[in-house]
Amino acid sequence: MTDPIRKPGRKNPQIRTVQPTLPPAFRSRKALGFTVAAAEGRFCLQRCDDCGKLTYPAREACPACLSMNLHWQDVDPAGQLIAETTIRTSTNSYFRERMPWRSGTVMLDAGVSVLAHIHGDVAPQGRVRMIARTDKSGKGVMMALPEEDVENMADDKQLRELTCDPKHRRVLITDGRTEVGQALAKAMSGAGAGIVFVGLAEQWRGFAGQAALEAIANVEIVPLDVTNTTSVQECAGEIGGKVDILINTAQHTRPGGIMGRRDVVTSRDEMEVNYFGLMRLMQGFGPGMRARGADGVNSACAWVNLLSVYALSNKPDFGSTSASQAAALSLAQCFRAEMAGSGVKVVNAYHGPLEDEWHQPLPPPKVSPNRLAREVRGALQQGLEDIAIGEVALDVRMRWKEDAGVLEKELTQIEGM
Amino acid sequence: MADWDIKRQGYDGVVAAVPISIPYQRFTPDPAHWWLARALGDLVRGAGLRPSDIDGFTVSSFTLFPDTAVGLTQHLGLTPRWLDHIPMGGASGVVALRRAARAVQAGDASIVACVAGDASHVDSFRTMLSSFSRFAQDASYPYGSGGPNASFALLTDHYMRKYGATRADFGKIAVAQRANARRYPSALMQRELSLQQYLDARPISDPIHLFDCVMPCAGAEAFLVMRADIAADLGLKTVNILSTIERHNAYPNDPIQDRGGWAMDKDELWDMAGIVPEQVDFLQTYDDYPVISMMQFEDLGFCAKGEGPAFVRERDLEITGSFPHNTSGGQLSVGQAGAAGGFLGLVEALRQLTGTADGTQVKDASYGVVSGFGMINYDRGVCSGAAVLAANVTGDTG
Amino acid sequence: MSALAHLAASLATGAVKTVDLTHTLDPDFPVMILPPEFGQCARFRVEEVSRYDERGPGWYWRNFSCGEHTGTHFDAPIHWISGRDLPNATVDAIPTSAFVGPVCVLDCSAEAAEDEDYLLDVEAIKAWEATHGEIPAGAWVLMRTDWSKKSGAEYLNMREDGAHTPGPTSEAIRFLVETREILGFGTETVGTDAGQGAHLSPPYPAHYILHGAGKLGLQCLANLDQLPATGAILICPPLKIKHGSGSPLRVLALVE
Repeated sequence: MTDPIRKPGRKNPQIRTVQPTLPPAFRSRKALGFTVAAAEGRFCLQRCDDCGKLTYPAREACPACLSMNLHWQDVDPAGQLIAETTIRTSTNSYFRERMPWRSGTVMLDAGVSVLAHIHGDVAPQGRVRMIARTDKSGKGVMMALPEEDVENMADDKQLRELTCDPKHRRVLITDGRTEVGQALAKAMSGAGAGIVFVGLAEQWRGFAGQAALEAIANVEIVPLDVTNTTSVQECAGEIGGKVDILINTAQHTRPGGIMGRRDVVTSRDEMEVNYFGLMRLMQGFGPGMRARGADGVNSACAWVNLLSVYALSNKPDFGSTSASQAAALSLAQCFRAEMAGSGVKVVNAYHGPLEDEWHQPLPPPKVSPNRLAREVRGALQQGLEDIAIGEVALDVRMRWKEDAGVLEKELTQIEGM
Repeated sequence: MADWDIKRQGYDGVVAAVPISIPYQRFTPDPAHWWLARALGDLVRGAGLRPSDIDGFTVSSFTLFPDTAVGLTQHLGLTPRWLDHIPMGGASGVVALRRAARAVQAGDASIVACVAGDASHVDSFRTMLSSFSRFAQDASYPYGSGGPNASFALLTDHYMRKYGATRADFGKIAVAQRANARRYPSALMQRELSLQQYLDARPISDPIHLFDCVMPCAGAEAFLVMRADIAADLGLKTVNILSTIERHNAYPNDPIQDRGGWAMDKDELWDMAGIVPEQVDFLQTYDDYPVISMMQFEDLGFCAKGEGPAFVRERDLEITGSFPHNTSGGQLSVGQAGAAGGFLGLVEALRQLTGTADGTQVKDASYGVVSGFGMINYDRGVCSGAAVLAANVTGDTG
Repeated sequence: MSALAHLAASLATGAVKTVDLTHTLDPDFPVMILPPEFGQCARFRVEEVSRYDERGPGWYWRNFSCGEHTGTHFDAPIHWISGRDLPNATVDAIPTSAFVGPVCVLDCSAEAAEDEDYLLDVEAIKAWEATHGEIPAGAWVLMRTDWSKKSGAEYLNMREDGAHTPGPTSEAIRFLVETREILGFGTETVGTDAGQGAHLSPPYPAHYILHGAGKLGLQCLANLDQLPATGAILICPPLKIKHGSGSPLRVLALVE
């Protein structure tokens, strides 16, 4: 059984912050397919379309029939540990700093043996279930977990390197005015976060749920307005050094496309929040988090972007908001690259229409704030980087992956024509 | 229909000669080109040739980048009519020998210089590991970056559980090699090693401990493969090649490696050689880790699969013992000079069979076996090879 | 001695002083809140362009943005639909004489302290006139509530049924406009109308009636407690924005 990690003490101001180092980051282009699946938490191997053989590591052609048609496919993650080692010396600085390190060979029930990280609670020669996650380099790796959950297993040192567990960490929720922000504050508090900072813009405007928000354990309200550069800078100056997880809940969603609007005023508001607001947060909080990617138990570990799934492909009745979300997604990609050296995960949580005032006339299914909060918490605890929340988001993302061109045609089709 | 299984030809009229070892160093600033040039120079001078007499050339090196054998011809002023670059790590020696032998036999070359060498800079081992192979980059280096220590730790762990080998069994191999190395002045590790010291050493990647590991270093090894008649004209001491095998990616469906390609080809090895294992006077295995040597005892036919531990317990592996093994100390005690490690056993075997092994000489050595093993491309060694060699007692062609 | 020379001398001796009636343009200063499906008043925002750094080594300057009705601001007649067809109804066209003039300050601070929804009515105006004399034609009338001393949530005083702040009744505004022929009306609150002005008749009477009659508005004024009831001169030129409906501005008063 894993020893539970203790709440870290206050930081010693005389000791230099440990600089982030990374596990090996280079992967072949084919292997990136594994990383894409791992970012979603899917355990995939390449399967040959022609002869059905499963193969690993990533190949260009099937080693059984030389077919070029290999595709990443979800496979049964069950297996057995058949050999293991505890590595005590490494040429890589990241692992050197984290020795000893358990790794081993797992024979999957699916018929392939793989090299993997091994959870401390896996018994020698024991049965395991595999997970695929991105590591601090943002690249997909496998880890073997005990077949059944054991107590404190999330606290395993090697597993915690792959996850962004809020436990003992300090979270900033950038906008507490929305139900989503409030639900997330509650979820983070419930997940054991040390402090839940909640940003509030324009405190001269009260709102429903304010008292309930303030009553949540470990919540601290901070002035933060993502449309105001000074406000973001001041907030980052005050708490930026202790934000381990940032969840950007500031969103500006309005129905409407282009010609129905006649002007760009509302669109500019959307961009102010969804794009420039995000950029201000990145400029304000990014550098501090990037420097603290290896800062002990409560290192900076995750940056969560809540994105409309229509960032992937425009939904014309929310056309302008979709465009601003697409801009935010593009910015998030740039941010991922800029944060890559830090080990801080940039999590994109795509959601479909929310149960909120702006989607009120839309038919179900819609995503309730509680569900969104639950799934974001789950993603952090599991260490996922790309999640789709709700049936609509799952559906749109699946179609987008299948054929982005067809999805565009579907979404822009005139009804009844 | 054609007969797909024609019998392989022997190596008539071809000999190996002039074993050259450039003493290893832990770190030097010199590049691979320097080491390869030194070995080639010693080879030419040792044979009494001019560089222009070399008309065939093979090169093995990990650290020659961005050059290959091609660049080296211009760099070293060679104009060969037959050239090969053999990037097979621990199997390079045997593979160079058999490629060169066929080239000479077929008349494509008369005198082939087979050279291997590598540099060792302060950071070159890390650099090499991190870019060793695509599979390693994609699927093994990210899992702790333990390098070959971790990969072989897994094979060792599995082998120990499956066949009951103990650390003491592997220790016996390492300790015997250290005793041999103390008679080979160029070995980097000369300090006496007891079994207790072996057992007490610090763990590196369990169950691999310090004395299971080779020390990366710089160095070079070389030999000639040439027409027997030319060797005779030059008055060189020569060795006959009785048989060779080579195999890559054997048993790909084994979940974890506990046998190498030799097991596929050992019958042919002995058939072609025309001798049996019991006639062999010494064995040079590729010993990047003791478990691999033990695997070679089995897979080359010296004992059955799984009997490696008992085989080792029952024998004395020192030069003067019942089963002289890795007579110069092997890589475990001499050091691992990159691709030159794949030549170490072969060059020592040539010394043994030409009676020039000095302190490590096995008395009356007539038959020797050399085997090679190379390239942990992902989770296992991919290349294997072996050769049965015989002393040329008559000075005749082989 | 000319009038201006006399003024200059008085300013020099301190016999005439300037009073700043303006709030600082601050990103967090409250603005009018409309239902979210409507267009909103832009907040005051600043982005630094350079500050003696690689973006401009020797100089500090910034870009700011805001609405025409952000902070202490001026309402032109065209701001309201009732004034849409009037001539010279935009800030760039209003005769500049309207920007300097006599000012009457009606002190409603006690009443506003009692009642956040206090409405200034005709009777109260007449009572003020009984003490200070009739409001002259062409004067600015400012409603002092000391609301400018409030900040944050108290200033806007927003509840679920909207804002609760003082303002004039429609009759009071009609009286000032039609009977007294004032130049403009100003308040310390975020609008010239009361917080609940939407429920008066007509809705937002100050806006509707003032601007329908070509009169001007001033909002978010400060320091009205430093002005005498009569006798001060108000200076309130808005930015000369083409077709502007209003403008943030610096409002000064000259007092003796």
